[in-house]
Amino acid sequence: MDALNRALDSDIFHSFRRSPAVVVSAIVTVLFFAGAILAPWIAPQNPFDLAQVDLMDASLPPFWLPDGQPHFPLGTDTQGRDVFSTILFGSRISLLVGVLSVAFAMVLGIALGLVAGYAGGAVDAVIMRIADVQLSFPAILIALLIDGVARLVIPRELHHEIAIYVLILAIGFSGWVQYARTVRGSCMVEKGKEYVQAARVIGRHPAAIMLQHVLPNVLGPVLVIATIHLAIAIISEATLSFLGVGVPPTEPSLGTLIRIGNNFLFSGEWWITVFPGAALVVMVLAVNLLGDWLRDALNPKLR
Amino acid sequence: MSPPDAPLVAARGLARHFDVSRPLLNRLLDGAPRQVLRAVDGVDFEIRKGETLSLVGESGCGKSTVARLVVGLYRPTRGSVVFDGTDMAALASRAAAERVRRRFQMIFQDPYASLNPRWRVGRIVAEPIVAHALMSDPAAIRARVDELLLQVGLSPADRDKFPHEFSGGQRQRISIARALSSNPEFLVCDEPTSALDVSVQAQILNLMKDLQRALGLTYLFISHNLAVVHYISDRVGVMYLGRLVETGDVKTIFARPQHPYTRMLLDAIPDLEMSGRPRTPVAGEVPNPIDPPPGCAFHPRCPLATDRCRREVPLARVAPTGATVACHAVEEGRLPPR
Amino acid sequence: MDANGTKLLEVRNLRVEFPSRRGTLVAVDDVSFDIAPGEVLGVVGESGAGKSMTGAAIIGLLEPPGRIAGGEILLDGQRIDNLPYEKMRRVRGRQIGAIFQDPLTALNPLYTIGRQLVETIVTHLDMGERAARDRAIQLLQDVGIPAAERRIDHYPHQFSGGMRQRVVIALALSANPRLIVADEPTTALDVSIQAQIITLIKRLCREHGTAVMLVTHDMGVIAETADRVAVMYAGRIAEIGPVRDVVRRARHPYTEGLMGSIPKIGETVGRLTQIDGAMPRLDAIPRGCAFNPRCARAFGRCRIDRPDPMDVDGARVACWLYGEGR
Repeated sequence: MDALNRALDSDIFHSFRRSPAVVVSAIVTVLFFAGAILAPWIAPQNPFDLAQVDLMDASLPPFWLPDGQPHFPLGTDTQGRDVFSTILFGSRISLLVGVLSVAFAMVLGIALGLVAGYAGGAVDAVIMRIADVQLSFPAILIALLIDGVARLVIPRELHHEIAIYVLILAIGFSGWVQYARTVRGSCMVEKGKEYVQAARVIGRHPAAIMLQHVLPNVLGPVLVIATIHLAIAIISEATLSFLGVGVPPTEPSLGTLIRIGNNFLFSGEWWITVFPGAALVVMVLAVNLLGDWLRDALNPKLR
Repeated sequence: MSPPDAPLVAARGLARHFDVSRPLLNRLLDGAPRQVLRAVDGVDFEIRKGETLSLVGESGCGKSTVARLVVGLYRPTRGSVVFDGTDMAALASRAAAERVRRRFQMIFQDPYASLNPRWRVGRIVAEPIVAHALMSDPAAIRARVDELLLQVGLSPADRDKFPHEFSGGQRQRISIARALSSNPEFLVCDEPTSALDVSVQAQILNLMKDLQRALGLTYLFISHNLAVVHYISDRVGVMYLGRLVETGDVKTIFARPQHPYTRMLLDAIPDLEMSGRPRTPVAGEVPNPIDPPPGCAFHPRCPLATDRCRREVPLARVAPTGATVACHAVEEGRLPPR
Repeated sequence: MDANGTKLLEVRNLRVEFPSRRGTLVAVDDVSFDIAPGEVLGVVGESGAGKSMTGAAIIGLLEPPGRIAGGEILLDGQRIDNLPYEKMRRVRGRQIGAIFQDPLTALNPLYTIGRQLVETIVTHLDMGERAARDRAIQLLQDVGIPAAERRIDHYPHQFSGGMRQRVVIALALSANPRLIVADEPTTALDVSIQAQIITLIKRLCREHGTAVMLVTHDMGVIAETADRVAVMYAGRIAEIGPVRDVVRRARHPYTEGLMGSIPKIGETVGRLTQIDGAMPRLDAIPRGCAFNPRCARAFGRCRIDRPDPMDVDGARVACWLYGEGR
């Protein structure tokens, strides 16, 4: 209770309440996460359960247009699947891939950044040169490369099953450099501080110093990067899925939905692609705004 | 076992050089030479049990580097630190080093940087106990932390707070409690009061003296403030550009300073008694330590400098006052009376 | 005040406030003092006492959201606390010079020191570029910079810390101001350099007849330099008087404790006098005299009424020990 009161009185919460755009972004983000997590229970239909889909309902427009039906609020696609439900399920995949790939990039980046920053010397040089090389390629290209290699190595019959994990790995791996650089920088600053020297005088093991002393003090900027990276990861996933190398159409993400719907754009069924597209834009925008605010709120110089 | 009057801590020819050259590529392109900063360049001293030795000097004289060499934060380029008869560099195993390590601790200058901001005070103070596995029972550790907090003038209830909830002086007390928790015999104190206000400085200096008396502690005290050094020390070493220029009893150094640099430092202290004591104006500044003057490093600022001073590095010798002084003028008896 | 009682600077009931989310903090509370032409007034206190804030209010450089919430500041009988920004900018530099703790922040690293000096001189004095440059060289010689004709074309980073502080002093003096506000001018410097800078400030003020408000936490610097000294505690003046009186026979218990807590080389003591506790934070200033919880001589009234400075032979002391009926 005491902790809650302190949190409500903190500067961060105060700056949060003062900005309506941030409050709206937070609400939108929470709604998306809630919708995604609860999709199997709140979606009007499970679009991937063939028993619930009826071809007779195919290509219905949104409810406010003529022929629109109230129980398909955003219309249906050419196979009779409810667009609103596919968006809920699609966000589920998009957010899952986004969150897990950010987590993967974060763990990899923090670990390498800590080691580079704390050890210094040759270890630092090797890690950071690899980072430099990777940074000279566009992230999406790295992801495509990893995806391509994985497809070659993995037997064909497993492709569909593990496609999503390959995707997470590919997007995550293409994003670790930012974390490593930031953590390395903060780590070198913290390393010079007297509390770290005090721990060294006490005789703590370097690994204990890194994990218990340095790590908690470099997480602030990491949190900011992670939020902004989440938006980027969602976009990357959508891009890859749109290009057809992402998740398979049997469990489509927002990117896959946009790709599928794209084919019907000119035949008049615009809602099949526009609504998933709009959902993607709103979701990414909300997460981005949150990230921007967090960066400013955690930066004492701007306060 | 060492003989009873053997020093607890000794530095023997201690030196630490830092490579401050520009990166390899720049050096190759501009043909710039390698540059070495001789932060500490051959320092000898001994500290007996229960005694306080202070090292005093202006910024860049290497006093803080000596502190870090003594506790092992830096490895010496030359020379050694001997603790209770054991050469610290010769300790082979990690376990052996750890056994010696828990016998000394360090207190730092900046009370705002020396405590991990994300740890609670109880965990901070208990860190040495846990690190050296001195106790394992959580209740016993807790009791010991409470005892330490009381000992440094805080309350056991402070255990659950974070460092940012305390003032600078209180944080320095937490630092001292942490340093004491492994029952050390020797504390290295690097400017422990220079970031504090005078009234708080008095509290901390008094506390350090009380603790020394109660626990029989030995101190190596680093400071730029001569008045503080005068108050806290038994013996004083004056450093200039990486070397000790004069070492001796606190009374001798302050009453009968020999080295011209010691005299200059004493003259520069503001006259708080307002006795109207005439002050010799002090000339010049500390030269760049990367490129120190040849011979005696102090010669460009020294009123007594001769050709020999410009050529030859003076060796430390025992002067008639009993202090150890590295100065040609003292050795040759050219020193004017004060 | 000098013999004919003229005052260069008058500060009357100055109050500086910081509006914050948790209420308004009063950093300087009802502070009054004068500085006579050519006089050095030391303002001493521990961190958070409000001494720097008082200096910043006088030169019109309070960091927002800090603001002057009451009282007035008069320079030569003219109010300067309510001047618009442009007018105040002209007063600053022309009439009031400033010296800060860190000489690096006072100098622009991108310009030579000559350019910065000439610019200030031309802005404030009726002088051409050439004459201004001559004056700049003269100033640099005055503050003891060797080979000033050559050094004038150097950049700030080419000077050592002590030399940089000399340049800042030259800059502060460049328009021949009547008052210099020096905030911790020697704190960042080594002892030997400190002594040089103090000697320099003293000599220049004597030669130019400039008054100085010297803000510092270092009683030693005050004892060496100041004619009078004001001791601040928790935003108020605890004691103000001739430096000899304050240093040698402090009347306010806080000043007394402060003097006793400074280690002195002339005497060997077993223990320093110590004032227990710490200065209250601005959001928790106790009722009555702000010093009462730490004061060994506090009595009933100290915990209820706030004392204003009262005359105690030659000095002014804000302490009920000197109030009526004691």
